[in-house]
Amino acid sequence: MQLPVLNDASSHAEHGKKGGCEASSCGTTETQMDAIPDSIREKIQNHPCYSEDAHHYFARMHVAVAPACNIQCHYCNRKYDCSNESRPGVVSELLTPDQAVKKTMAVAANIPQMTVLGIAGPGDPLANPERTFETFRRLSEEAPDIKLCVSTNGLALPDAVEELAKHNIDHVTITINCVDPEIGAKIYPWIFWKNRRITGVKGAKILIEQQQKGLEMLIAKGILVKVNSVMIPGVNDQHLAEVSRVVKAKGAFLHNVMPLISEPEHGTFYGVMGQRGPTPEELQDLQDSCSGDMNMMRHCRQCRADAVGMLGEDRGDEFSLDKIEDMDIDYPAAMEKRKVIHQAIQAEMDSKRLEKTAKAEQQKQQPKLITRPVLMAVATSGQGVINLHFGHAKEFLIYEASPEGVRFISHRKADQYCGGDSTCGDGESTLQLTIRALAGCEAVLCSKIGYEPWEMLEAAGIAPNGEHALEPIEEAVLAVYKEMAVAGKLDDVPESVRAVA
Amino acid sequence: MAVKIIESCVNCFACAPVCPSKAIYEAKPHFLVDSKKCTECEGDFPVFQCASICPIEGAILDSLGLAINPPGSLTGIPP
Ligand code: SF4
Ligand code: SF4
Ligand code: SF4
Repeated sequence: MQLPVLNDASSHAEHGKKGGCEASSCGTTETQMDAIPDSIREKIQNHPCYSEDAHHYFARMHVAVAPACNIQCHYCNRKYDCSNESRPGVVSELLTPDQAVKKTMAVAANIPQMTVLGIAGPGDPLANPERTFETFRRLSEEAPDIKLCVSTNGLALPDAVEELAKHNIDHVTITINCVDPEIGAKIYPWIFWKNRRITGVKGAKILIEQQQKGLEMLIAKGILVKVNSVMIPGVNDQHLAEVSRVVKAKGAFLHNVMPLISEPEHGTFYGVMGQRGPTPEELQDLQDSCSGDMNMMRHCRQCRADAVGMLGEDRGDEFSLDKIEDMDIDYPAAMEKRKVIHQAIQAEMDSKRLEKTAKAEQQKQQPKLITRPVLMAVATSGQGVINLHFGHAKEFLIYEASPEGVRFISHRKADQYCGGDSTCGDGESTLQLTIRALAGCEAVLCSKIGYEPWEMLEAAGIAPNGEHALEPIEEAVLAVYKEMAVAGKLDDVPESVRAVA
Repeated sequence: MAVKIIESCVNCFACAPVCPSKAIYEAKPHFLVDSKKCTECEGDFPVFQCASICPIEGAILDSLGLAINPPGSLTGIPP
């Protein structure tokens, strides 16, 4: 399994006073942060996985040390990485704990922004306790400035809590798709438990009990817990609001709903049986309906189990096994350098946060618009500005602009609906897939865009916009929104919105 | 008396650590069972441990050469 990404914690300071800021630039909604106790807020404020503004500056990586798994999910083909957090069809290079430690330190020394190391796969980390804990033990000794995290399906979690607490684990992600064994039986065909394979409702019931018990034990130990759920239309989509309620009541600080990604060529049960994944609109509706009663994390990008780098970029190739063999890392020296850089980033983030608060105040003074909300896609490679060519974007950040302001909604992968660039047999070009992934957006903001995509986007009702290159994202989105309002484009409800509503 | 892993194995590693006889080893192109070491779990467990965690139908055969997990038995995908 694998580790995900980011949400906003920025608004902490601003949220003392509700009003102007709430949505406008915080990238979060009030529900997302207000329910969170200060101690946790502190922990996630600058967390590259959980803070929406921090994730523009910091990066995380994963090492694939844990191959085995102790359950079966209907959306997983075990030839590939755990689908709970990785994209389907991805195979990570399996590392020994020793190789993983080396790679982590090599990356940390070369990419100082890398502050979080996760173990999430390629199977279930806790089904490989020796390999996983060996990696954690060594890193907490040799690279104490790196935060550690782990993802799990939860089956072996209660037995692992004690050990996890020893290694100073920063946070744990549990994938919980249901709290009802009847529904569970439609997602998990079997588990391996106490030396037997247990199928159906009985197996699902044990898994659910273990997940919930593990969640409670982690909370009791003061370890942050995030819950991931895979949204499977017709199976658990109606049920996930209940899951949200339950895990929040127990103390999980974020609930992240990810879409099922299912294609026949993945060879999974759902893929073969034609179970579809949710549309971007369905996913967002569910996230919206859950966010009312849960701190919903919207920016999981389903990053890969061995991804390296920032914001959807992958620099894994620079740190392949043979390359790290040749690197000679002086970690204590690197740690000094990292500290200086982290402080500089922190200072920049703090000043930007202040700026945002001030701008939000200003905006409050202006007459309020009464126009409808609009979704826009943004191409960025970090730093919180629009700085990526449309054609180079592997993923887009989706923002919602409304009279309330601008808020971050989610990440959408450009190739979300495709098993990989070359494997999609149905003749859809990458460009068509990208446009499909942007369904529901009315504009796309990027630094530059080619002629062909321009035409196709326009034809799809998505206005391409390259006029805000290098501008801060939220300001640019707001500016475009205002232009749309002035042009009278926001007066009547477009068909796509009507259909959803 | 020994079980056998055949080419449909996807090298997921799940079986090796659960074998009470340490009979399973990583090999190319797929995991293998050392037939001298495999006890068929006799005396340790009532069921083959490897075949109870293996996610791939047909990847492990019993001593008669029959799939311990026949098609359709694990995934639910009709054969
Ligand atoms: S937990 Fe589920 S998705 Fe992850 S490796 Fe195991 S079967 Fe696959
Ligand atoms: S049958 Fe038992 S002893 Fe033989 S390989 Fe499988 S787990 Fe090991
Ligand atoms: S559990 Fe099955 S698929 Fe996995 S390595 Fe063993 S034999 Fe191969």
